Amino acid sequence: MWQFFHKLGSPKWFYGIAGRWMPWLLWSGLVLALVGIVWGLAFAPKDYLQGNSYRIIFIHVPTAFLAQSVYIMMASAAIVTLVWRMKLADVFVKSVAPVGAVLTFLALFTGAVWGKPTWGTWWIWDARLTSMLILLFLYFGVIALGAAISDEKSSARAVAVLVLVGAVNIPIIKYSVEWWNTLHQPATFKLTEKPSMPVEMWLPLLLVVLGLYLLFGWLAFVRMQTEILYRERKTHWVKTLIRPEGAA
Amino acid sequence: MNSEARPVIRPMVRAVPILPAMWAVLKRDLQVNFRQLQDTLNPLLFFVMVVSLFPLGVSPEVSFLQVAGAGILWVAALLSTLLSLDHLYRHDFDDGTLEQLALQPQPLYWLVLAKTVAHWLVTGLPLVLLAPILGVMVHLDGNSIAVLCLTLLVGTPVLSFIGSIGAALTLGLRSGGVLLSLLIIPLYIPVLIFGTGTVAAAAEGAPVGGYLALMGAFLVLAITLAPFASAAALRISLSNN
Amino acid sequence: MSCERDGRVLFQGLDFSIVPGSLTRVEGPNGSGKTTLLRILAGLHDGFEGQVLWQGRPRNDDRESFLRNLLFMGHRPGVKPLLTPLENLRFLISGRQAITDGQLSEALARAGLAGFEEVSCQHLSAGQTRRVALARLLLSDEPLWILDEVFTAIDQQGVEGLEQLLVNRAAMGGAVILTTHHEPELPGMDRLRLGQGGGREF
Repeated sequence: MWQFFHKLGSPKWFYGIAGRWMPWLLWSGLVLALVGIVWGLAFAPKDYLQGNSYRIIFIHVPTAFLAQSVYIMMASAAIVTLVWRMKLADVFVKSVAPVGAVLTFLALFTGAVWGKPTWGTWWIWDARLTSMLILLFLYFGVIALGAAISDEKSSARAVAVLVLVGAVNIPIIKYSVEWWNTLHQPATFKLTEKPSMPVEMWLPLLLVVLGLYLLFGWLAFVRMQTEILYRERKTHWVKTLIRPEGAA
Repeated sequence: MNSEARPVIRPMVRAVPILPAMWAVLKRDLQVNFRQLQDTLNPLLFFVMVVSLFPLGVSPEVSFLQVAGAGILWVAALLSTLLSLDHLYRHDFDDGTLEQLALQPQPLYWLVLAKTVAHWLVTGLPLVLLAPILGVMVHLDGNSIAVLCLTLLVGTPVLSFIGSIGAALTLGLRSGGVLLSLLIIPLYIPVLIFGTGTVAAAAEGAPVGGYLALMGAFLVLAITLAPFASAAALRISLSNN
Repeated sequence: MSCERDGRVLFQGLDFSIVPGSLTRVEGPNGSGKTTLLRILAGLHDGFEGQVLWQGRPRNDDRESFLRNLLFMGHRPGVKPLLTPLENLRFLISGRQAITDGQLSEALARAGLAGFEEVSCQHLSAGQTRRVALARLLLSDEPLWILDEVFTAIDQQGVEGLEQLLVNRAAMGGAVILTTHHEPELPGMDRLRLGQGGGREF
């Protein structure tokens, strides 16, 4: 166990492992997501209430889902940074924060597009959309703080503290936004997956979610590899990797 | 040799009292704030000015102000707290007293707690005291004003405690002030929601005890957890120095 | 112990111990990591590889008692401009020793600040501000002193007095680690030399 942990701390080792995993993640993710999306958009039955417009959930729900999981993953990595001082955990946080922000934005965007036919307006201060908006703000904060501190170790730990503070607040934010929502507009029509969704609907949805997770893993590895190369640019192994013949 | 007669210095293993140290920090911060009274008053003036912008910028109609008044006061209080936070640790950082604070034998948690309480006493508490006057100016009724003041009384210390984390994280960074706001505003949202929501509930005649208790729970949570995060952030900022 | 900052190695393979009754001057050119080393020893900077032991045990095992035994003075004197010398000194000592105002005034007087006890520090000169912090040394019961550039802004007479104080302190069994701009000739002073701009590249 400890040896494994120790290895995980070595960026060089991770660089190699990531390289081996990436093609698998990419292709399996692409296949799953494409099958799910084509199935969902073209073959799944119409919704009896919303017609075809509901089909955006095949994009909206997976992005929203992943956007939230990415923050949880970042929080776990933040604990590793603070407790074990593992460099790789910080590489992960810094690499995936922008990805999380983009996913959150996509979820908001698709939510707005969905809102147009459903509510007749692009934006409604619905509890879920508002929570996602605040999540986007949290991502912005993490990215901004990481960019503002130049020293690598300080930056890693400061960002970890911020991510954890955010993680403690997320349930409180969600709860208060929901309360606020019931206070101001009695629930009419919510962007929730109906519990009684038929198999032909949730199965493609599940495929897209799984596919997107795998694709996220691929993207995270790509970005982490880049980040590792940059951070380790002065070491021997990176120099020989980039210029195999050697500078001499 | 006469070295026998000299006192010999030996390492000590002795518990250090926490309360006197906290009291010293609190007293010192209050003293410093009273000696630069203008700096201390500026966020308050800002608070008053922001509130007066809304009737001018949106509408002076009684019906609008009655509905929006509590929200306006809360947003203004939140912004004015954000402005004052930048000074919470910066002067101490610049003159070197912060590193002395971090090297005190008492756990930094308690000293940060004392500093944050001092911050609230000079920025949050005056907001609460000013709120009734501004409440009358935005046409809130007596009951709403009372509830509003209660929510501010419970809510502004939460703002100070959460804000102290942001102030500690952005200490010594070039982009300090704006960055601090970016980090902290999302974390302020629950307090804002419950602060204004409670007043709205009171205006409709609903009982507000439960909501106030919930805000009290936020406060307890902030007091117990935030100084940990602030202390950790301060050590990181000092280490980066 | 080794330390790397912003991708540059400051020092490597550093291994030393400070014993009671010693006076150690950390030397090296600008940027060799003198200040960083002192901050690491005090526990203010922790971006380093290696260990700092206090009485044979890792320092962070019992941080409180380590800190109670340490007096650190950095580049910046730790004196609040808006407070008086008396208030500043009282605050600096408050968490450590119970000391009367009489003792505080006496220490300030010995540090050359007689008559300035109640003047706001923003009206004092840089040297006088530094002396407020130095007055703390006169009252200190901490066995370990870490002093970064303590002689800054102090006049010739003050320098001699301070040098005498440090030598006496070592003779009494205290340990002093310091950096200075000038070259003090102190009896029994050890030297710890840091490399030119940070050792070798890797």
